[in-house]
Amino acid sequence: MPDQQYALEARGIVKIFGNHVALDKVDFGLRPGEVHALLGENGAGKSTLIKILTGAYQPDGGEVLANGAVVTLNNPQHAQTHGIGTVYQEVNLLPNRSVAENLYLGHQPTRFGFVDRRKMERDARAVLARYGLNLDPSSELGAHSVAVQQIVAIARAVELSGKVLILDEPTASLDRNEVERLFDIIRDLKASGLAVVFITHFLEQVFAIADRVTILRNGKLIDTKSLDDLTRTDVVRLMLGKDIAFSGATMLEENRPLGEVLLDFKGYGKKRSVHPFDLTIHKGEVVGVAGLLGSGRTEMARIMFGADAADEGSVSVAGKPTSITSPTDAIAHGFGFCPEDRKAEGIFGDLSVRENIVIALQGKLGWFSALTRDEQMEIAGRFGESMDIRAASLDMPIKLLSGGNQQKVILSRWLATDPAFLILDEPTRGIDVGAHAEIVRTINRLRDEGLALVVISSELDEVVAYSSRIVVMRDRELVAELNGENINPGVIVQAIANHRDGAQA
Amino acid sequence: MNRSLRPLAATALIFAIAYAIAVMQFPSMFSTRVLGNFLTDNAFLGIAAVGMTFVILSGGIDLSVGAVIGFTGVLIAVLVSWAGLHPLVAFAMAIAVAGAFGATMGLAIHYLQVPAFIVTLAGMFLARGGASVITRDSVPINHEFYAFVSDLTIRLPGGGRLSMIGLSMVAIFIIGALIAHRTKFGSYVYALGGNPVSASLMGVPVARTTVAIYALSSILAAISGIVFSLYTSAGYPLAAVGVELDAISAVVIGGTLLTGGYGFVLGTFIGVMLLGLVQTYIIFDGTLSSWWTKIVIGILLFLFIVLQRLIFVASAPGEKAARA
Amino acid sequence: MMRRTLGKLASPQLLALVGVLLINWLLFPNFFRITWQDGRFFGSLIDVLNRGAPVAILAVGMVGVIATKGVDLSVGAVMAVAGAVAATMVVAGYPAPVAVAAALLVGLLCGLWNGILVAILEIQPIIATLVLMVAGRGIAQLITEGFIVTFTDPVLIYIGTGSFFGFPMAAVIALVLMVAVTLIVRRTALGLFIEAVGVNRAAASLAGIRSRMLLLLVYSLSGLCAAIAGIIVAGDIRGADANNAGLWLELDAILAVVIGGTSLLGGRFSVPLAVVGALIIQAMNTGILVSGFPPEFNLIVKAGLIFIVLIIQSPLASRLAPPRLRPAVKGAAK
Repeated sequence: MPDQQYALEARGIVKIFGNHVALDKVDFGLRPGEVHALLGENGAGKSTLIKILTGAYQPDGGEVLANGAVVTLNNPQHAQTHGIGTVYQEVNLLPNRSVAENLYLGHQPTRFGFVDRRKMERDARAVLARYGLNLDPSSELGAHSVAVQQIVAIARAVELSGKVLILDEPTASLDRNEVERLFDIIRDLKASGLAVVFITHFLEQVFAIADRVTILRNGKLIDTKSLDDLTRTDVVRLMLGKDIAFSGATMLEENRPLGEVLLDFKGYGKKRSVHPFDLTIHKGEVVGVAGLLGSGRTEMARIMFGADAADEGSVSVAGKPTSITSPTDAIAHGFGFCPEDRKAEGIFGDLSVRENIVIALQGKLGWFSALTRDEQMEIAGRFGESMDIRAASLDMPIKLLSGGNQQKVILSRWLATDPAFLILDEPTRGIDVGAHAEIVRTINRLRDEGLALVVISSELDEVVAYSSRIVVMRDRELVAELNGENINPGVIVQAIANHRDGAQA
Repeated sequence: MNRSLRPLAATALIFAIAYAIAVMQFPSMFSTRVLGNFLTDNAFLGIAAVGMTFVILSGGIDLSVGAVIGFTGVLIAVLVSWAGLHPLVAFAMAIAVAGAFGATMGLAIHYLQVPAFIVTLAGMFLARGGASVITRDSVPINHEFYAFVSDLTIRLPGGGRLSMIGLSMVAIFIIGALIAHRTKFGSYVYALGGNPVSASLMGVPVARTTVAIYALSSILAAISGIVFSLYTSAGYPLAAVGVELDAISAVVIGGTLLTGGYGFVLGTFIGVMLLGLVQTYIIFDGTLSSWWTKIVIGILLFLFIVLQRLIFVASAPGEKAARA
Repeated sequence: MMRRTLGKLASPQLLALVGVLLINWLLFPNFFRITWQDGRFFGSLIDVLNRGAPVAILAVGMVGVIATKGVDLSVGAVMAVAGAVAATMVVAGYPAPVAVAAALLVGLLCGLWNGILVAILEIQPIIATLVLMVAGRGIAQLITEGFIVTFTDPVLIYIGTGSFFGFPMAAVIALVLMVAVTLIVRRTALGLFIEAVGVNRAAASLAGIRSRMLLLLVYSLSGLCAAIAGIIVAGDIRGADANNAGLWLELDAILAVVIGGTSLLGGRFSVPLAVVGALIIQAMNTGILVSGFPPEFNLIVKAGLIFIVLIIQSPLASRLAPPRLRPAVKGAAK
């Protein structure tokens, strides 16, 4: 018996990539006239679910219903004919074309075979006016701000679809006023009976605009609830899977005498990326970084490593003031960085495991002191063994390895350079249990060997287990530093969720 | 000013200044005779450049243009002189062959997902080789229709003549501009050049558009070959070698972004005229050698590439900063 | 070590070369006959080496450029420029070594110019090198003042037509260059860095590799190789022909590199296999000539060759490949 109360519904959706279950029997129901937030960390399955609802992916199990009828959505255009429109984080419009054309591309009004530009622009002006935009429809889209482009994208989606609007992190690059403006539009659309799915990682926005929330974790549906019944802390707890009620302080590392100071960041920051922060890192300690996606945690890692140059503040290494404006500078000081997006920024897919391991060391040695093949084999073999890298051969392309083994290779790459300081951004995300344990063991071992580490992770259990200190990021700002007894998941969740007035970056 | 208009304005300005200088030096360059010849002499390049404009607007490139011109000339000469067909029939056949040829290249580019330049490079080898296999010599065309067409001129005051082929170039530019700027197909071409991922998400039929773009380019190259054959009354397999480079240069100097998405068919017209002006000036001057043409084109190309880089790419980070 | 070398020898490119040579032999039974005359070898096979040398040399430079996800369209024009410089200088009375050095320097500067456009101004390679492709021939004509500058300088002529232990000088230069560049890129870390930048520039930057210097270097090398090829071609015809020297050879060089297994999307490259690619192209050329087909057939065969290579390299082909192959590889990773 189809449930007529939903404009769009997913039942028991299963999606499997290779041997990884991205979605495991997920249900999702969207009512007309509601704003429904979809929450979850990276890898929780949000984007997979969205892609299934918009026809970009086909589910391996379960069914999608539009207005109570089972539908098969072949592609986003097909979804559009069922009234489902999508707006992506990266505005997927054409900045090189006019606003009007972006609204109507593919559906332009024609006269005698030619595009009736006058009618198109007249219609566009009327549509834009409904969204509170008073701009020249013949102007180039790229000349307008991202916020305006985002509104144009929404207008296009609503004009062409009209029943369901999926907003995939639409606010990621908007400022506070622009977000307000967007929210006014969303409220109007909601009042007109549109069903809106809203994906974001800014919690206050969820509470400001959404009626209900669905939370996913590791491909599983955690809960769908009305936001009236939830506090911010409840939401964070559901997202990170921590039960605050049971949070005994884990007395771990506070007895360990701190090593000497290795790094001292003072007022270090980058405009529009990370607010200036102070952070002192000692030898032989792990500083955990907690915070939700989009909290500025990755940006902080990148400016520490010089991948993005800081534009304010100072840094000293082992007491000496220095400047780090490129990864090469950072590596010369003994830094290493395992990025969050392994595939895009970590691995060299077509190169062998061996080459992937030696590349940073070779980069440090320069062009002329080339490691011979035998030396490379020796180094790669050593780390292959100590890190338990499962590869049929060290000469096989790394892209054929599992995610966990790729991560071990990247970690080995930095260990081969004999680093003093390692930054690990989500080192255990999306990898299997065995590799996970191996990486956590390695982090502990490296700390005991006197390395300084900064580890970013949304796995709170894990952060708590190996960190000597934890800094909490929120809204691109370092908001708390937790020591000793405060290092427990409950306190962290509280710190992450803590609402501060004017929290928008 | 709309930034996509800036390179066009620059082209128009450079042309106006260059022409003014030329006229000041050689007042006879300001005459209907010179202007008429301008159109006639550059007709085949202009027509090919219209097709190239579409290709480049979509973010591609077509290296096969010169070879298709040569092949068309040979095919027509053979069909008319050896097989005895009427030129109009031969023209139609040549256009059909070229259309199929370009469509095949478009299919390969889309479905094999390989860079356009290597596919059209194969097309260039194929067309040039095919022409040479048909005949290795120049085949003259003696047909009353050819004589009839070359007599079709409009006399202009001041002794100039507007030839049929000059007029057909102008007509093709106008039709090209209408297609590019006033049809859905035209908007798809710009969409592909702007962002193929967005274009596909917005429902642009990417495969069909790609095939149509390369088919159009080859068809226009064939028409250019017809014009070339009318101009020379012969078909020669090595005719029009390197015309694709001149066409690309004309398109870029005409203000079209080589990476696609921005530009105007009218700009290409000015670009072709600017190239023609350089050549005419060098002929008028008499002391300058012909190689200066290539050097000047190279310099113009460089200037426009850097100009576009400044307008389109350097301004992008600033915009981003302003947005964030 | 030994087994690895043998494994490399059995590459599809070498098999293809052997195949082309065998077809030539079937069409022209004397194809493999080599005679000794006037202190040098003669024969179709020697001819393949000799005629294939310029493209092989260009391919040696081009392969590094393509491995970084670039392309150098200007090499044909740079050949003409270098030939023009060498020829006009010897005609003007400079000693041949000075003329050769000047020509090489000009080639290097042309390459550096391309490198600056690509690495510093960050212009797309195909566009950046188009400038010199268009202007280069004009510059060459400017140098020769529009004439075909002929010379009688024995050193230049020796470079183009001489023999070394009976082998054509051009082929010997190509071989030496191939070995030298292979050693340079494989005995230093350059090869690894070039491949790393070509495969994933973002990851290369995070691993501390400075890609700018690398790009300047590969484009400069490409210019230098083009100059060497230009001098050889000039020596061969005893003159510098600014219009025709190296005409369309950039396309042959790109084709040679692609046949040699380097993807146009960058990454893994092999200098020797690019040279094998050049030899395949030339073997087809020579085969068509000696077996009496019109030389124009060559263009059609080349077009066919491009399509075969493209289809093999295309993502479509790997999707159509028998799926059972892939899980097997994946399983091995575990």
